[in-house]
Amino acid sequence: MQSGQGFEGLRLSVNNLACERGERRIFEGVSFTLSAGEALVITGRNGAGKSSLLDILAGRLRPAAGAIHLDGAGERTLPECLHYVGHRDALKGALTAEENLSFARSFLGTPALKTREALEAVGLAHAARLPVAYLSAGQRRRVALARLLVAHRPLWLLDEPTSALDTASQETLRLILEEHREKGGMIAATTHSPLFLRDAKEIRIERTRTPPPSGSGTPDPDGGGGKVGEG
Amino acid sequence: MLRSFNALLIRDLKLAARVGGSGVMGLIFFLMIVTLIPFGLGPDLNLLSRIGPAILWIAALLATLIGLDRLFQADQEDGSLDLLRLSHAPMEVVVLAKVAAYWLVTGLPLALAAPFLGFLVALSPEGMLAMVATLLVGTPALTFIGAVGAALTASLRRGGLILAILVLPFMIPTLIFGVSAANAALGGTIPFATPFIVLVALTLFAAVVGTVGAAAALRSGE
Repeated sequence: MQSGQGFEGLRLSVNNLACERGERRIFEGVSFTLSAGEALVITGRNGAGKSSLLDILAGRLRPAAGAIHLDGAGERTLPECLHYVGHRDALKGALTAEENLSFARSFLGTPALKTREALEAVGLAHAARLPVAYLSAGQRRRVALARLLVAHRPLWLLDEPTSALDTASQETLRLILEEHREKGGMIAATTHSPLFLRDAKEIRIERTRTPPPSGSGTPDPDGGGGKVGEG
Repeated sequence: MLRSFNALLIRDLKLAARVGGSGVMGLIFFLMIVTLIPFGLGPDLNLLSRIGPAILWIAALLATLIGLDRLFQADQEDGSLDLLRLSHAPMEVVVLAKVAAYWLVTGLPLALAAPFLGFLVALSPEGMLAMVATLLVGTPALTFIGAVGAALTASLRRGGLILAILVLPFMIPTLIFGVSAANAALGGTIPFATPFIVLVALTLFAAVVGTVGAAAALRSGE
């Protein structure tokens, strides 16, 4: 594949990020850096704010505090450099798998694999002409993941990518992710089950404890406050 | 940018043509209103031909409104809107493509069907021609104005009624000048061109305000 996509030298740095939803602090003090070829696995309890972190990175939510910098991307903004595969598949049920992918391919720009090749890569070549509404949850998830392959984007944001996937598909996904990293891509994925990615960074997001009503209002430094550990 | 525009336009046209698409719905609704009114008013041909343009215009306005709530909501629900935010093209281009597709499947068929429905309200041939012209020029304004409301109510579960309440007042000027242009063609003291040019101006104005407004609403959404 082409190497001239400007993947090299990209660096995403996130500094002291905090997230608020509906006046409530979800997490704070999240910092990490991600450079070419690196992967970040985000773990945490349900409702800890893993998806919100990805939403902030994707530009859907505004951070309550902190900063996100993308170095080396030139004129491109962060949303133009990333793929986002969330809980909702962003697939149109009335269109076939192939039509969904070819729309994404020409809409997102910077086309990569042909739609057929991308569907073959996720093992769905036989379903190319079926409307997505007829596919099972796992198959839909695979079509959504095939979208990663039809357009060049250096940063992949994946929200629990393995949900609804069978064991074989999880292995296929792992190979796709590793291949993307070898080409210098970056991955940030939230997950509950291990992704088995080679030396991936890991951060754990913990919900900010609401300060006790009688207290001074400052959470103790090691107890609450979105503890983040890099590994 | 043009690639993104074309891709989205073609996708939306395909969706409208498939099952559950909004393609024919507006047209059928338009037909229902226009056929019902003569039954309600009785067979007074003079009365019908006098109020014919108004009936057709109100029916066209309501038919435009009927599918508008799904314009961005459908994309919001299945996550496509998040995908649309990742484009190189600005949000305004996304709005333009979606509005263009929507108008092609609702507004344009209404304008083209107007002469046939004109028979039901005893319009003269000049009146039919004027109806086609005013609807062709005026319905884009309705769609653009409606797009702002659709973008604002995209994340509301049952936003249809709120959408109507929000956008109907802003559609009134288009309705007034559309009907008066059509009436001017049937005779009267004012020339056809005067209200028609105002209608054109309203559409151009709505195109700018609607595109920018809907894009801003979508950006600040969630």
